[in-house]
Amino acid sequence: MGQQNGQAGNGQAISVEQIRRWLLAYAHRIIEQEEYLTALDADIGDADHGTNMRRGLEKVKERLEDPDCPCNSVGSLLRSVAMTLISAVGGAAGPLYGTFFLRAATSCNNSPAITPAQFAAMLRQGLEGVKQRGKAHLDDKTMVDSIQPAVEALEAAIGQHKDLRQALHEAAEAARRGMEHTAEIPARKGRASYLGPRSIGHQDPGATSAYYLFETAAQVLATPAHRRESPSRHR
Amino acid sequence: MIAIVIVSHSRCLAEGVREVADQMASGQVTIVPVGGVQDQEGTHLGTDPMAVLQAIQDAWTPDGVLILADLGSAILSAETALEFLPPEQRRRCRISNAPLVEGAIVAALEASLGGSLDAVNAAAEGTGSLVKVARPHPDPRGSTP
Ligand SMILES: Nc1ncnc2c1ncn2[C@@H]1O[C@H](COP(=O)(O)OP(=O)(O)OP(=O)(O)O)[C@@H](O)[C@H]1O
Ligand SMILES: [Mg+2]
Repeated sequence: MGQQNGQAGNGQAISVEQIRRWLLAYAHRIIEQEEYLTALDADIGDADHGTNMRRGLEKVKERLEDPDCPCNSVGSLLRSVAMTLISAVGGAAGPLYGTFFLRAATSCNNSPAITPAQFAAMLRQGLEGVKQRGKAHLDDKTMVDSIQPAVEALEAAIGQHKDLRQALHEAAEAARRGMEHTAEIPARKGRASYLGPRSIGHQDPGATSAYYLFETAAQVLATPAHRRESPSRHR
Repeated sequence: MIAIVIVSHSRCLAEGVREVADQMASGQVTIVPVGGVQDQEGTHLGTDPMAVLQAIQDAWTPDGVLILADLGSAILSAETALEFLPPEQRRRCRISNAPLVEGAIVAALEASLGGSLDAVNAAAEGTGSLVKVARPHPDPRGSTP
């Protein structure tokens, strides 16, 4: 599509091993924030978002730490994360995050490493998948409210040839602002929508768990993985 | 004859709906209940797309499968399950907009009479406007003491 190869612009490529470390960091973050996510969901939902996500991400963590985990391509790694989430989460977040990773996977088949531009394109596909599955738009007070601004910020920064570290930082900041903005608006999708205007003043749990995706990406993906085998694999 | 899948957050609710619907169809219609999620700690409220996929396959008939769901992730899980079916099977499945209990009862009845997938779904969705309690005279609240 007229796009230069991996070495052009924005510096480093992102390896499948880095993607694995990112998703492992995300799993740890979710497991550690279980109670907080559930407390947010107790305010405007059915008090299970933390439990649902912890259940799913514990399985993802097991999968990612398994030496037989399909780590030869970004696509197969994301696909196995998607399938794990689809069958283990149990709430709306299962099909939504599952669709996110499934769509992301199809945009980067068989690549052992991807460029920052391909990474952004992959997240864009994931976002479109979530919006399609949930029929949600920006400002419906859902996970879309943190994913969409993050993807847009990432695309813009990469388009301006900023380096990957800076681009990921801007994406995480956009996700954080989007997440905080959900506290100011009423819910129009999901269980919280039954509360209508009474949901104002409460931050959306799904937007919060989705923020961690970009927060951990900024922490993990900006530093290249020097070896394919990370010490954490043998813990 | 079409088959019916009942998707609920609660396994008990799905089984209960199957029970009341089954009575209308004198046991002639295949009705498969599915609900809840399992982990090491037991069964929890929720829905599992892969379990819904299994239920559709268990219920499968070329005449088609009508899926009735409660709300939220039950719908998302049913939609996700359909994506994993081969296209020719997916074409013979419908996720209904019908209310779960009334919809299931009417769907079971229509299915047992040999209705097509779309006819059964239309009848089930028609129960959405069912009037349960007639309220001919709205409260005259204009002159409260
Ligand atoms: N239609 C939707 N589109 C996008 N995001 C959604 C939608 N519905 C819910 N969400 C997101 O999912 C989060 C809730 O996830 P959770 O795991 O608690 O599922 P749930 O709403 O309890 O599911 P269930 O429908 O089974 O009750 C919300 O905070 C919101 O961000
Ligand atoms: Mg919930």
